[in-house]
Amino acid sequence: MAFLQAHLLTLILFSPVAGAVLLLLIPRERLQTIRWAALLVSLIPFGLALWLWFTYQPGVEGYQFVEQAIWYEAIGSSYHLGVDGISVPMVMLTTLLTPLAILISWSIEENVRSYMALFLLLETGMLGVFMSLDLLIFFVFWEIGLIPMYFLINQWGSENREYASFKFLIYTMAGSLGLLLAIQMIGVASGTFDLIAITEQWPTLNQSLTLFGLPITLAIGTVKKIAFWAFVVAFAIKVPVWPFHTWLPDAHTEAPTAGSMILAGVLLKLGAYGFLRLVLPLYPVEAKYFAGVLGFLAVLAIVLGAFASWGQDDFKRLVAYSSVNHMGFVVLGIAAAAFAQGTMQADDAVIAINGAVLQMFNHGLSAAGMFLLVGVIYDRAHTRDLNKLGGLFPVAPIYGGILIFTAMASLGLPGLNGFVSEFLVVRGSWPIFTLYTALSMLGLLITGAYILKGIAKVLHGPLNEKFLGQKMEINRREIIAMAPLMLLMLLIGVWPAWILNVINQTVKLLFG
Amino acid sequence: MEVRILSIVVFTPIVFGIALFFFPAERHREIRIFALAGATVALLLSLWAYFTYDQVIGGYQLVERYSWVPRLGISYHVGVDGMNAPLVLLTGIVMFTGVLVSWGIDDRPREFFGFLFILATGVFGVFVSLDLFQLFFFYEIAVFPMYLLIAIWGWKVTREYAAMKLTLYLFIGSLIAIVGGLAMYFASGAHSFSLFALEQASFSVEFQRFWFPFVFFGFAVLGGIFPVHNWSPDGHVAAPTAVSMFHAGVLMKVGAFAALRVGIMLLPEGAKFWAPLVLGLATVNVVYGAFIASIQTDFKYVIGFSSVSHMGLVILGFATLNLDGITGAGIQMFSHGVMTALFFAVVGMVYDRAHTREIPKLGGFFKAMPLVGIAFIIGGLVSMGMPGFSGFIAEFPIFMGLWQSQPIVAILAAISIVITAGYIMRVIGRVFFGEMPEEFIGKITPINNFDKIALVILSGVLLLIGVYPTIIAPLVESGARAVLALVGGA
Repeated sequence: MAFLQAHLLTLILFSPVAGAVLLLLIPRERLQTIRWAALLVSLIPFGLALWLWFTYQPGVEGYQFVEQAIWYEAIGSSYHLGVDGISVPMVMLTTLLTPLAILISWSIEENVRSYMALFLLLETGMLGVFMSLDLLIFFVFWEIGLIPMYFLINQWGSENREYASFKFLIYTMAGSLGLLLAIQMIGVASGTFDLIAITEQWPTLNQSLTLFGLPITLAIGTVKKIAFWAFVVAFAIKVPVWPFHTWLPDAHTEAPTAGSMILAGVLLKLGAYGFLRLVLPLYPVEAKYFAGVLGFLAVLAIVLGAFASWGQDDFKRLVAYSSVNHMGFVVLGIAAAAFAQGTMQADDAVIAINGAVLQMFNHGLSAAGMFLLVGVIYDRAHTRDLNKLGGLFPVAPIYGGILIFTAMASLGLPGLNGFVSEFLVVRGSWPIFTLYTALSMLGLLITGAYILKGIAKVLHGPLNEKFLGQKMEINRREIIAMAPLMLLMLLIGVWPAWILNVINQTVKLLFG
Repeated sequence: MEVRILSIVVFTPIVFGIALFFFPAERHREIRIFALAGATVALLLSLWAYFTYDQVIGGYQLVERYSWVPRLGISYHVGVDGMNAPLVLLTGIVMFTGVLVSWGIDDRPREFFGFLFILATGVFGVFVSLDLFQLFFFYEIAVFPMYLLIAIWGWKVTREYAAMKLTLYLFIGSLIAIVGGLAMYFASGAHSFSLFALEQASFSVEFQRFWFPFVFFGFAVLGGIFPVHNWSPDGHVAAPTAVSMFHAGVLMKVGAFAALRVGIMLLPEGAKFWAPLVLGLATVNVVYGAFIASIQTDFKYVIGFSSVSHMGLVILGFATLNLDGITGAGIQMFSHGVMTALFFAVVGMVYDRAHTREIPKLGGFFKAMPLVGIAFIIGGLVSMGMPGFSGFIAEFPIFMGLWQSQPIVAILAAISIVITAGYIMRVIGRVFFGEMPEEFIGKITPINNFDKIALVILSGVLLLIGVYPTIIAPLVESGARAVLALVGGA
């Protein structure tokens, strides 16, 4: 037990990879064995994450479950893990969504073994980002997640997968290039990659750096501004913030169902997490200075994302654009908090960040759920064209009910989870960015419009005759995959305190 | 000092190589087994040398010294430190895997392995030399068999041209370097070719500035520095698989290493003076190499130009003249050596079956040869500097070094990372995935077990360093400190 407690994060982090290696030992043609093995393996990190959740102590300052080991001493980087109230919910979300995504992948028939192994590898990459306390380790995991995702889209995606996967790769690689350079610069300037040490010295570092000894001398302020933007662009691409979002609809639409679930459910959160963990603590001054720009982009993401979503005729694309819309609220909350940090409005900032973190979790649930449901209907109808669907409610009542429930959570209906977090963001940002917040509320109207459009086009109206007599109803396995998501949506909707308490304790310490 | 490991490492290949010629030419099987035995001995001993090196003590270890031509101050003097120990191991690995993937050579295997082994002795000899004359001696031994190997066993279309081009470039380069070396020998007045003596010679600043380009660029030709790099892709493409592996994997490191050992370490003031030019040229290597690689349609040329790009990073690391940069360059030499050996092994396996290297004509090879596909993907990830693989471990300190010496170069060179990702992914997509052309369906035979062992060893090393850099980084760092002790820190 003591061992478990001391190495809990490492165990959570590497159990998926270990499982992936074990999977490769199963003969490739035993599909059913591979599927069940993958599911069981993915439940191990989930079980350990539950343990983490219940033994984590909210309100204790600093990181918990810290582990440190020698990794790359020559350049001052170590294997350093730890979690706080922002990362614990993200770890929960990742370990919860992965088994569900695997459960929904039963319909994959081709190269099942590699598919499942890549998924587990992806899980390790994502978890590593949420747990890292060392900039270099952070970057390592940040990049590792990219490769499995590329292959998942490229190999198991739909028609346009080559283009979409390549665009996804190049966009994110280009984004992380700036991140890489900025991390190197910070490493050179501060002589360490340890996040805790850097957070202490980097924001106050203001002696002129000798590293620009040759032709140009840059003031430290300029250096920090450049590094700040490098970070912001990398994370903004991942979130994605308008106008860096154009990879997203392609990647989401072409990815296999489970891939879209993880992409929308977890990968987008990596960007937002980067803002919270790195940008705000490392660049408080620059963040405050540019918060207005970021807030403006967030409003554009909310409004334009909603309009774009409304304009889609492809069900999956509609859901994909809705992610731009919903993640806009996360960024709005972060921008507002960045602006208000250290002022009289710090209380509002704390509320906004609470909302942003909870929105990250909530969007993870609802986006994963929506993509799952899109996948269910696509498996049966073999089309995602909204104009060819319709009238499915009578033939698939359970599916209809689940779809409406999930769509309502996504829309922000009071009583379900989306409302709580969006309300918190709006409540926190209102006193800080009144105009932006008001504009984004208008965006919410359009959110209602596109969600209802989706529901109406799929469930109501005349039934396409092609589907007459076909079995359209959702099956038991898919219901099992949906159930935990719906349960959490409702639970957070009616009683958010259980999770908000964990988030709030940390946010208060960090941003209060 | 009871066991003279280094001498055994150096001379094992040539002894085995010469012994091969006593086999009857048609006993292919026995020849191969004997060659593999020789390569195994060299690999095990180089592993031994690598792991017995004691970083705590530092300096040169396993040193052996005998007078050779006392009248001229020439001695046989060998030793390893943190900089060359990984390169000795690299040579052992590439030699061993090169023999494994050459199992199928049916055209005069006796002579093929014989020349390959003579080449290996030359390479080992350069890496461990502590005497300038001896270094040149082994350098020429390393270059000469290359000509025969390419001209006889190479790709029929370009082999004569490529072999001639390569030989001319390298001989002219080494000639220039020898002129510089002799100048040092006479100017030092110590009447000795010992590198230690030359390090202590305290040449005047003007002398160093004048002679540095001779020595450095003379050797850097073999390292593939722009604009004298274009022998290298031609040579890679024309060479048979194992020779390409040797050529890109270790021979280019011989050039880079000699440029460091003789150029930078003996003429540090010259290095400081010329560093901006070297940085500039190497930046062109890195970026231009990546661009050129991305427009190639020949599979092997893609890899050939990627080597130009990656060797540019090694030279960039040297030219930073600081601890991070040189450490990174040292790791990059090892990492790139293994990676490019893996690449050429894969290209060879695909070409042996498809008989074409035109990327648009290939496709769907992953299904037919999954292990080869995985190996290429791993090599590709290393090449694009993906974290978790050795390329990242090597490139990261190089870039940190660049930030300290010339930030603009860091930013420019970083562009190559995205371009590399682009062309590597394109090659993976076109060659290994997609539809297999009908002419190949059912005709792609699986690779044999020797090929499998070679691929697993090479990709395993790349992964091991990526996950556990401590296995190489502190060692190379100790070597880099020794370099800096001469250069005087920066």
